[in-house]
Amino acid sequence: MRIETQVIDIISQQALLEPSDVTTDSTLEDLGIDSLGLVESIFAIEEAFDITVPFNANAPTESDFDISSVGAIVKAVDALVKDQS
Amino acid sequence: MKRVVITGAGTINALGHDVATTLDALAHGRCGIGPLNIRDVDRLAVKIGGQVTGYDEHEHFNRQQISLYDRFTQFTLLAAAQAIGEAGLTFSGELTDRSGVVLGTSGGGLNTQDENYRAVYEEGKNRVHPFIVPKLMNNAAASHVSMQYNLRGPSFTVATACASSNHAMGQAFLMIRSGMADVMVTGGSESMLCFGGVKAWEGLRVMSKDACRPFSATRNGMVQGEGAGVFVFEDRDHALKRGAVILAEVAGFAMSSDASDIVTPSKQGAARAIAGALKDAQLNREDVGYINAHGTGTAANDKTECAAVADVFGRYADDLMISSTKSMHGHLIGGTGAVELLACIMALRDGIIAPTIGYEEADPECALDVVPNVAREAKVSAVLSNAFAFGGLNAVIALKAH
Repeated sequence: MRIETQVIDIISQQALLEPSDVTTDSTLEDLGIDSLGLVESIFAIEEAFDITVPFNANAPTESDFDISSVGAIVKAVDALVKDQS
Repeated sequence: MKRVVITGAGTINALGHDVATTLDALAHGRCGIGPLNIRDVDRLAVKIGGQVTGYDEHEHFNRQQISLYDRFTQFTLLAAAQAIGEAGLTFSGELTDRSGVVLGTSGGGLNTQDENYRAVYEEGKNRVHPFIVPKLMNNAAASHVSMQYNLRGPSFTVATACASSNHAMGQAFLMIRSGMADVMVTGGSESMLCFGGVKAWEGLRVMSKDACRPFSATRNGMVQGEGAGVFVFEDRDHALKRGAVILAEVAGFAMSSDASDIVTPSKQGAARAIAGALKDAQLNREDVGYINAHGTGTAANDKTECAAVADVFGRYADDLMISSTKSMHGHLIGGTGAVELLACIMALRDGIIAPTIGYEEADPECALDVVPNVAREAKVSAVLSNAFAFGGLNAVIALKAH
């Protein structure tokens, strides 16, 4: 679960929370992450895993990258790491 | 027409991180120019500048703020906090819509551009941080001041190179005078002391490699500085009603364009702005005791400026004092007029005329009283602050004691 830990680290930093306060069930909304915070999280994820995330801020829900919860993001990152490695 | 007064001032620059330290340095002729401490300085021919030292952004801002605040925005916010704090204003109710922010800058987030061009061109990175655009844009500083203090009236950024701050403060003044706003946060900021910023100036061959010596026959160019100056301009009636301490009155403003050359200054253009500011302030020539000169330390500016002052003031030119404080804090480009307005306020309030330091030898083409090297005590009741930009855009502000 190395990916999960790293993603939670990144998201908790954005949310100004402790990693222990972020669970896979949390939504970005629950955590108070706004649109700028989301874009910055995605940038941090790309940097951390050296992947390209297919995400367009104009239509965040329509992209292939599922951001409905922290768990969904972890799953999507996992798939991208496998695809792009 | 409304009268306009200054009720707060703030700064961070090479001479100090606040107004008191800066005025003390100006009064003692201290020089803030020194060796540049920036990346790749060994590849620069010009290795000096008026850099803000002893500054750690992490002491003032958190990680998320830093991801959005370029150095020029950081300087602005620190200076604005001082100015608004001194004014003792809180913005709520109707006042929020009657208050705005007009700031000057020339390069905006130039450090952000420099760092990120370096990342993609030199280091070959293919991804940049998502906030580069909101961080580098010239209006970032004005917008963050507006957001932080809930100033919802007229707000924008002026970019007229070395006259940006004076043009910005002129707009703020005119808006209050005409009744468009009650309070304006105004001034300017610059942070160009990065490799690309200095390298570009080197190209013009107008930079000194050792010191800024305005009006001295031995002058050999300008020295760049960095920092911010921010003021609270306020409708005089509004300020009096709330019992605010008034630092000075903004008495007049004028601007002109040379319409001649993109870099060479024109005596006529400068003279029209100076004469215009006197007229706008309803001042007679003999009323002006001090001029804070544009005084860049270049051959062209200093002799042209002196000739313009001599033309406008005629037989009174020998009675006034004119100094260039750029000799101490360097040329803050788009922020310079704002920091220099502090010297004007010091002249009016404290009766101390800041000197032109580094002065070595008289130049017959700059034959005015340039207050060489040592500050002087003098009672003055009206002052001017000159700014003459590349592009031939001139802006002169007149202040009166209150």
